[in-house]
Amino acid sequence: MSVVPTDAGVELLEQLGKTGSGTSPLGCMQCGMCAASCPLGAAMEFPPRKLILQTMAGNLDKVLASPSLWMCVGCYTCSHRCPRDIELTDGLWPALRDRSMQAGFQPPGELQETFQNLFKYGNTLGKSPRQRLDWAKGLDVPVLDLSKESRPVDVLWLVGCYPSYYPRNHAVTRAWARIMTRLGVSWGVLGAKEKSAGECERMFGEEGLFETLVEENRKLLGAQQFETLVTLDPHAYRALHAYYPRFGAWYPVQHYTTFLAERLDALRGMIVKPVEATVTYHDNCCVGRRCGCYDPPRALLQLIPGVKLVEMDRHHDNALCCGGGGGGMWLDAHIVAHGGHRLSDERIRQAAATGADTLAVSCPYELSRFEDAAKVAGLDGQVKVRDIIELLAESMDLGERSVA
Amino acid sequence: MNIMVVVRQVPDLIESLEIDASGSSLDWDAASFIINECDDHALEQALLLKEAAGGTVTVVALDQGDVDNTLYTAAAKGADRIVKIPVDDGWHPSPRAAAALYAEAAKDLAKDLVLVGVQAHDELDGVLAPALAAALALPYVGVIRGVQAGSEPGSVVACKEFPGAVMARLDVRLPAVLGILGADQPPRYVPVSRIRAAMKESRFEEPAVAAAPAASLVSVHKLYPPVSGTRAEMLVGSESDIAGRIAAILAEKGLLK
Repeated sequence: MSVVPTDAGVELLEQLGKTGSGTSPLGCMQCGMCAASCPLGAAMEFPPRKLILQTMAGNLDKVLASPSLWMCVGCYTCSHRCPRDIELTDGLWPALRDRSMQAGFQPPGELQETFQNLFKYGNTLGKSPRQRLDWAKGLDVPVLDLSKESRPVDVLWLVGCYPSYYPRNHAVTRAWARIMTRLGVSWGVLGAKEKSAGECERMFGEEGLFETLVEENRKLLGAQQFETLVTLDPHAYRALHAYYPRFGAWYPVQHYTTFLAERLDALRGMIVKPVEATVTYHDNCCVGRRCGCYDPPRALLQLIPGVKLVEMDRHHDNALCCGGGGGGMWLDAHIVAHGGHRLSDERIRQAAATGADTLAVSCPYELSRFEDAAKVAGLDGQVKVRDIIELLAESMDLGERSVA
Repeated sequence: MNIMVVVRQVPDLIESLEIDASGSSLDWDAASFIINECDDHALEQALLLKEAAGGTVTVVALDQGDVDNTLYTAAAKGADRIVKIPVDDGWHPSPRAAAALYAEAAKDLAKDLVLVGVQAHDELDGVLAPALAAALALPYVGVIRGVQAGSEPGSVVACKEFPGAVMARLDVRLPAVLGILGADQPPRYVPVSRIRAAMKESRFEEPAVAAAPAASLVSVHKLYPPVSGTRAEMLVGSESDIAGRIAAILAEKGLLK
């Protein structure tokens, strides 16, 4: 397979590179920083550097057919470290995935089901939209369903798919409702009308699906009056913050960690008890490495008396991904089948190596990923996985058990 | 080869099914709909045959549920024509009644091969596939797990599954109707951008169908969710006690002499 650039390959690469926000991939000097930094690069037939080289050489067919195209988990490490500022993670990768599907190559089966769920039901889990608010059954604070009763609110809370449907996440979802209420914030949700924001769909390269969700969400949000959108999901935050404006849809949006960090003084006055725990925090990739937001989650943890915060060897912009982004949440079997491994299994060992008894997270995917990983790694019971919201709610006496 | 595919809308089981006030029918307004799984395989099989041997694929459906999305998705996957048969609002024909409608709508369609899912989970007075073959006066083979173009024009080779994991390869002379259990490969994924393009570019054919609906052979008196039984008896005690009790029960039922 020749790797000499061709006119057609160069033109295509330039065209594909336009979907990202960084500089053109034509500026690549083949230094290999991306491939060497990629946590799954060693298992890929075409890690990022080779993706660029082979595309430039016009060998696109092999790239589009390769299973390695579906091994990127959207950790942004390659983009973050690229000395030429080339946007690989949410530029070239999704563009090539889109090209692959348009050329008739089938994405891995697990992803197909996820795509179909999103198109038909507006959520990744294939659940009924009518069950979107089931998490709030019996909740001890009122939930305003704006899809039934629209009125101006401070916060329109986009609850998200996992927080709405996944049973393990419900404790976090319910605690967040209590915390917002305790803070005196007026808030509402979109109930059965809510749909996925679409970040993972875009990273999957399913641009048409993403556009469909953007259109539907614009209609829904356009009918509501709110000061701020708040989400527990760093992926939804990333989509609304970075991708929606490309469609002319700009919203004031915050991930919950920054929303709370602006209210530290109020929160401090609401803390009623310590939480004795040695905690290490996992920086999620979207809010962390991609958006540079590292201090707010740590400030929240340090607010809790009894919490001793320790760092893993890899933290802040050097944190290892949980493996769930970019579609990775639905690609574990594909990645393992093609020589990769679950990054969450590696990450939980890094957490245990600090001596921490608690791994704190701030992304809805990570509870299930790391709890599964703890079992795989034989660390179940040694390292507890808890969302920052759960720790905070416990110290505010707003956790699930204290209320029940 | 001109292939006609019938696709049906069936209640989507992600929603809990509700019974209407009459007590003898589903509350169709509370249901959401999805393509019948076997019909989705029939469509995939038709597309595979077209890719292998050329021809056209015409997809026919009743105007019910989420049919527009289903037909646009079929067009995006490669169907040449999409046909939507008008039906009265809120009317959910039995398989026999539906077979008459499909046959009437298909009378002017060139069709060497008709593919339809071998079963659907809402069938009541028999199954659609053989009823459609009868209405079209065409031969029928069901429980087909894959179809390939035949060695001679005007024929296909159909793989039929029999009980006991026995498979047969049948030469089928066309025209014929095949009841599809599964295609040679799972139904393909088509990017949503293609479906969106199909929504803009494809047009439904909506033939006026004047067939007198066939009466259903079955009328429903009452529809109700499964009732919890109270006859379970938990056997406790030592292994020999339990074994003795099992033997006694079997004897009581006349199963042991």
